[in-house]
Amino acid sequence: MKKYWASYPYLLWMVIFIFLPLLLVLFYSVTVRTEEGVRFTLEHFQRFMEPIYLKVLYRSVKLAVICTVICLVFGYPMAMVLAGNHFKRKQVMVFLFVMPMWMNFLLRTYAWMTLLERTGLINAFLSWLGLPSLNLLYTEEAVVLGMVYNFLPFMVLPIYSVLSKIDKSLIEAAQDLGADDVTVFRKVTFPLSLPGVFSGITMVFMPAVTTFVISRLLGGGQFTLIGNLIEQQFLVVGDWNFGSAISMVMMLVILISIGVMSKYEKENEGSGLF
Amino acid sequence: MVKKCRFLLAAVLLAGFVLTLSSCGQDKRVVLNVYNWGDYIDESVIDLFEKKHNIKVNYDTFSTNEDMYVKIKSGGADYDVLFPSDYTIERMIKEDMLYKLDFDNIPNYKYIDDRFRNLDYDPNNEYSVPYMWGTVGILYNKTMVKEPVTSWRILWDKKYSKQILMLDSQRDSIGVALKMLGYDMNTRNLAELEAAKEALIEQKPLVLAYVGDDVKDKMIAGEAALAVVWSGDAIYMKRENPDLEYALPQEGSNLWCDAMVIPKTSKNKAAAELFINFMCEPEIAYKNADYIGYSSPHTEVKKMLDPELVADKAAYPDEEDLVNYDIFKDLGDYLKVYDRIWTEVKSH
Repeated sequence: MKKYWASYPYLLWMVIFIFLPLLLVLFYSVTVRTEEGVRFTLEHFQRFMEPIYLKVLYRSVKLAVICTVICLVFGYPMAMVLAGNHFKRKQVMVFLFVMPMWMNFLLRTYAWMTLLERTGLINAFLSWLGLPSLNLLYTEEAVVLGMVYNFLPFMVLPIYSVLSKIDKSLIEAAQDLGADDVTVFRKVTFPLSLPGVFSGITMVFMPAVTTFVISRLLGGGQFTLIGNLIEQQFLVVGDWNFGSAISMVMMLVILISIGVMSKYEKENEGSGLF
Repeated sequence: MVKKCRFLLAAVLLAGFVLTLSSCGQDKRVVLNVYNWGDYIDESVIDLFEKKHNIKVNYDTFSTNEDMYVKIKSGGADYDVLFPSDYTIERMIKEDMLYKLDFDNIPNYKYIDDRFRNLDYDPNNEYSVPYMWGTVGILYNKTMVKEPVTSWRILWDKKYSKQILMLDSQRDSIGVALKMLGYDMNTRNLAELEAAKEALIEQKPLVLAYVGDDVKDKMIAGEAALAVVWSGDAIYMKRENPDLEYALPQEGSNLWCDAMVIPKTSKNKAAAELFINFMCEPEIAYKNADYIGYSSPHTEVKKMLDPELVADKAAYPDEEDLVNYDIFKDLGDYLKVYDRIWTEVKSH
C-alpha cells in the first residue's frame, strides 16, 4: 500500500511533463490554424512525404546507422579491455573514459572544430611534415566523427557492465571442455553480452538520429538532418504544426527501431534498456 | 543558561529578519526588464541609468529575432524594452504586440537622423526608436582575393571553391541570390525564387560552410577568402585582422535597422520610455556606438566618434551607395515558401 502511494508524485510528474507535452505535439501535428479556427488535417504528414524531406530523413538514418556501426566496432573491444583482467587499474581507465562526458557536449564539439579546420592543429601538423593540407571540417565524415566521439561512451558502458558481470566459471567450463579463445568468444561471451550490445545500439542510435548541433557545427550547415529541420520549423519559420509532424515521424522511426531491437532481445532472453 | 541561549537565538533571528526587511526595502525600486542582442550595449550605460533614475535594470540577451519573438509570443516573459530588427518589428506591429510610444517622453528622438524615421516597417514612426543600423555585404581577405570585389557574382566564381562562407539564414542567403539576379529581396514571385534556388544550388559545391556567428572566428583566422557578413561584424573583424576588407555589392543588398520597442507585456511603460530616451542621449548613444562598432542613426554621435571610423565606408556608407538596398519586410505566411527553398538548397 505504501509503495502505491509513493508512485503518485512520479505519476503526476509524468503526466505533466511527458504525457501532456506529447499530446500537444500530436495535436499540433494533425491540425492547421485557419481563419475559421483550428481544423483537423493530415497535410503536414503529406508534406513530409515530399522527396526533399524524405531525403533529409534518409540522410539522418544513414548517418546514425554508420555512427552506430562504428561505435559498435570500436566500442566492443574497448568494453572487453575494460572488463578484462589485463589492467590492474581498471577503475582508473573507466574513470578516464567517462571523464570527458563531464565537460559540456557543445564545448567538446567546438574543440573538434579547432582540430579539423584549415588552420587547425591537424593541418598544422600535416604541413609541418610537408604534406598538403586536407579539407577535414565541414564534410559528412566530420559529422560522423563528431557523432562517434560524443556517443561512443553510450556504447561502451552498457557492454562493459554486462561483460563484467558474466560468470567467469562459464568461460572456464568452456575452456575445460576444449574450446579455444575464438570459440569461447563466439559461443559464450558474445551471446551473453548481447543485452549490453542492444542497449548500446539504442543509446547511440537515438541521439545520433536526432542530433542537430553536430551537423550544424561540424557539417557547416550543409548536411541538413531531421533535427535541423525540426529546429528550423520552430525557431525560424514558426510553423509549429509541420515541426510537430516531423517530430511525430521521428518518434515513429525511433519506436520502430526500438521495437525491432527488443524483438531480437527477447529472442536472446536478454533484458536491456527497454 | 537555557534562557540565555534562547535569548541569543531570538536576537539572531530578529537581526536576520530586520536585515531581510531592510534589503527588501532597498529593492523597492522600479524594475525594468530589458531584452537585447548579445554584446550589443556598453554595459556601463546600464549602471549610469540605474543611478540616475533609481530604477533597477534586469538585462537579458537573445541571439536571433526569432528566438526573441517566440519567447515574447508565448508569453513566457514580461520584458519592458526590446531591440528587434525591422521585419520583426513589422510582424509584432501586425500582431498587436507593441505599445505605441509617447514621444513626449522621448524628446531625444530629435537626434535621430531623418533617413531612419518612418521606415517601411513602422511607416508613421509610432512604435520604434532606431538603435543601430547597417548593411549586408562581402568580407574578403586581401591576401587571398586579389581582384576588386564589386559584385555578388564573385561568390559564384569557381576560383574560390571551398573558400566561401555563406550565412546560415534563409532570408539573408536567398536574398543574396535574389540580388545577384537583380530581383527584390522581399519578392513574392515564385519564378524569381526558383531562379534564386537554382543559383544557390549551383553555388553549393563552392561553399565551405553555412555559418552563423562563428563566421567571425573563421574569417579572423583566415579559414576562408570570402564571406557574407553584417557590416557591424565586418568592422569588428577588420579591427582584429587588417587583411580583411568589406565591400558593398553594386547590385544592392539588405539594409537593416534594429530599433527599441515596448511590448504589451510591459508593466512599466513610462520607465521603459525613460530608458529609450536615455539611450538616445548623445553621450550614452556615443558610448554604445563606440563600444559596439555598429553604425548609429544618431546625428550627434557621428560628430563625436573617431573620424577614422566615420570615414570608413563599411560603417557609414554614402547614401548614393545604398540605392538598391532593401529593408526586409515581414513575409507572413509566405515565409514558408522561403523555408521550402532553403531546405531544398541545403539538402541538395
